[in-house]
Amino acid sequence: MTTLRSATRHSVTRRFSLAASAALLAMAVSMPAQAQAPMELKIIAPAAPGGGWDQTARAMQQALVAAGLAKSVQVVNVPGAGGSVGIAQFATGAKGDGKQLMVNGFVMVGALLTNKSPVTLDQVTPIARLTEETQVIVVPANSPIKNAKDLAAAVKTDVAKVTWAGGSAGGTDHITAALFAKAAGADATKVNYIPFSGGGESLAAVLGGKVTAGISGYGEYEGQIKAGKLRAIGLTAPERIPGLDVPTFKEQGFDVVITNWRSVMAPPGITPEQRAALVDLVGKMVKSPAWTEILKQKGWDDAYLPGDGFAAFLKTEQTRVRDILTTIGLVKS
Amino acid sequence: MDTFALLAHGLAVAVQPMNLLFALVGVLLGTAVGVLPGIGPALTVALLLPITYKLDPGGSLIMFAGIYYGGMYGGSTTAILINTPGESASMATALEGNKMAKAGRGGPALATAAIGSFVAGTIATLGLTFLAPWLVDVAVKFGPEDYFALMCVAFITVSATFGDSPVRGLTSLFIGLALGLVGIDRLTGQARLAFGVPELLDGVEVTTLAVGLFAVGEALYVASRLHHTTETLEAVRGSLWMTKEDWKRSWKPWLRGTAFGFPIGALPAGGAEIPTFLSYSTERRLAKHPEEFGHGAIEGVAGPEAANNASAAGTLVPLLTLGLPTSATAAMMLAGFQQYGLNPGPLLFAEKPDLVWGLIASLFIANTMLLVLNLPLVGLWVRLLRIPQPWLYAGILVFATMGTIAAKPSVVELSMLVGFGVLGFLMRRFDFPIAPVIVGLILGPIAESQLRRALSISLGDPMVLLQSPISATLLAIALLALILPFAMQGLARFKADAD
Repeated sequence: MTTLRSATRHSVTRRFSLAASAALLAMAVSMPAQAQAPMELKIIAPAAPGGGWDQTARAMQQALVAAGLAKSVQVVNVPGAGGSVGIAQFATGAKGDGKQLMVNGFVMVGALLTNKSPVTLDQVTPIARLTEETQVIVVPANSPIKNAKDLAAAVKTDVAKVTWAGGSAGGTDHITAALFAKAAGADATKVNYIPFSGGGESLAAVLGGKVTAGISGYGEYEGQIKAGKLRAIGLTAPERIPGLDVPTFKEQGFDVVITNWRSVMAPPGITPEQRAALVDLVGKMVKSPAWTEILKQKGWDDAYLPGDGFAAFLKTEQTRVRDILTTIGLVKS
Repeated sequence: MDTFALLAHGLAVAVQPMNLLFALVGVLLGTAVGVLPGIGPALTVALLLPITYKLDPGGSLIMFAGIYYGGMYGGSTTAILINTPGESASMATALEGNKMAKAGRGGPALATAAIGSFVAGTIATLGLTFLAPWLVDVAVKFGPEDYFALMCVAFITVSATFGDSPVRGLTSLFIGLALGLVGIDRLTGQARLAFGVPELLDGVEVTTLAVGLFAVGEALYVASRLHHTTETLEAVRGSLWMTKEDWKRSWKPWLRGTAFGFPIGALPAGGAEIPTFLSYSTERRLAKHPEEFGHGAIEGVAGPEAANNASAAGTLVPLLTLGLPTSATAAMMLAGFQQYGLNPGPLLFAEKPDLVWGLIASLFIANTMLLVLNLPLVGLWVRLLRIPQPWLYAGILVFATMGTIAAKPSVVELSMLVGFGVLGFLMRRFDFPIAPVIVGLILGPIAESQLRRALSISLGDPMVLLQSPISATLLAIALLALILPFAMQGLARFKADAD
């Protein structure tokens, strides 16, 4: 009896010392990282909980803390008008603060234009592009339209008769429809685009055969495409995406290239050192295993593009979006 | 496939002690946040997502489901006791529930809400179990023109809630419709009546309006009368528990509420508000004592509360079968699914039956827990009303402000809350009903965008409204609802003349 008990005690102490040494080891490993940048960050998600920007902000929170790059990260939702409310608060309230970031993306470029926002993207400091998602155009499985050529023919015959379902007016989906009509040689100003509220209400309209075609991020329609209820006509990615059995529009001969990218911005008025530190921080984050794991889980494509490269990219996107939105008539030139 | 065997298997998953614990935590959290206006279940799930990252998918999804159901229930507690609906879906509950609480019948009101939620939640979850695949086929056939027709039915039946004076009721409704025009036009992306204020671009938040009109308006009104009348709140009069009469008057509204809530909740653009209002006006029409409505009729609590919970289960139909989140909370749950690399949709039932049926089974469990948790608390809750009035209403004001700020941290939002509070006070003072304002704000924009979508798809041909069988049927119902009361009146007069 005594021997048994002592044996147990022995194994317990041994297990304890093992655990303690493991903890010490872990501390030793994480020490340098902590010594480098024990930051307390605040990330603004200029949208309601649940959307893409909110998820990106929370994913960053998770990765930054897991990788020991930040001591704590607070996510604040400031929803409203495609991010117009959030960026306005960010540009004034966080001015010169090197410990705040804001998540945004392609949709904000258009939203700021259509909402005639007094605050523009030129007023914040671009840090990095993080992820992107390709757009897909689908038709119901029983539609006579089989590929991009059929769809283009239909658009060319009578552009108003082809009805498109997608997200909010002036958003990525709307711009995709306009780009396709333009590429098909039809009058893009007459595109009959029907905006639905977010969250895939448009999916129901496509499945129910109420519209000719639907547009959304690939992830949102993926399940239905795999289940054979929707037919994917084409992807808007510049090149074929490995693992997806859907051709791009480019390889079908239509110049429709657009991705819904998401990025992270810093406030205006920060010093070059602060900017460099934030670019560096995000650069370390995207290389962390935690971030890679999150990208895999969420099905987001890595589109990391830091600092000046991103700033230049942003400029070209702003010009392009303004042109398209002017064509559609949402922005007066 | 034998659904029963799958469900039994799911129950076996859900009653594992760990999963029971997750359900309990979820229900507790959900009830707690449901009580605060503004902090809805969606925000709670969003905050918990990073924490649950390391848990197993089954457990955390079960917890999310608990939060969802708990939140739906928690909102009704404050609606009844302090006239502050936690979210827009418990607005109809506040109408009669608060009157009951003021008459010392808060106990039965809370009880009928709890039991009604349980009954409705259980039936609707059964519906989810057996009807989901079939229902979803019907739901996607609902086009914009059909939604518009459904709105017509809602507008006409809900006009029954307008009280004694149709002119005052319509005035209130039009205030709501006007508020509904504020913000970005959904179809063209252009701003309307926003006056360059970015916070107004998304339109008027329903909870801000509801909390302002109900809670703040009420607080102001009570303050203005404090020295005029000596209206005392009776915390408890008669039994704390439901009497036999209460049961008799509650069970039919529970069932009818479920019948409204579940199918409409399952529609991709259905929501929880429309069925609660439909249920309220139906109960008002069918009640044996219609004169009690407006003074605390138990039917007016039982029906909407059941509809509210049934629609929560309905929302899971498109989420699980199509991967289509139709409410903010459902969107967060979708994010929860994706966190584990699961894609809700037609393949989920086939690929991960364990998880889906575990989730459905845990809904049953969450429901039971809510009942067990809340019934003993009824006695405690009603004691809230014993707090001296000035303190109680000061507390309500703090609550309302905090909730609004938490949902949308901006000065504009807070100013709107105060503005609506003053409006609510004036409307009470001059005897205008409040509910139609909120009905107008909720239904107006939906009706408008669905009609315009329908016309956009049909290239401007209005006949589309009659060509769809669903729409034609619904419009016929709306027409009947409009004519029938007049016809009956005329018939009665005709009979009287003949005599």
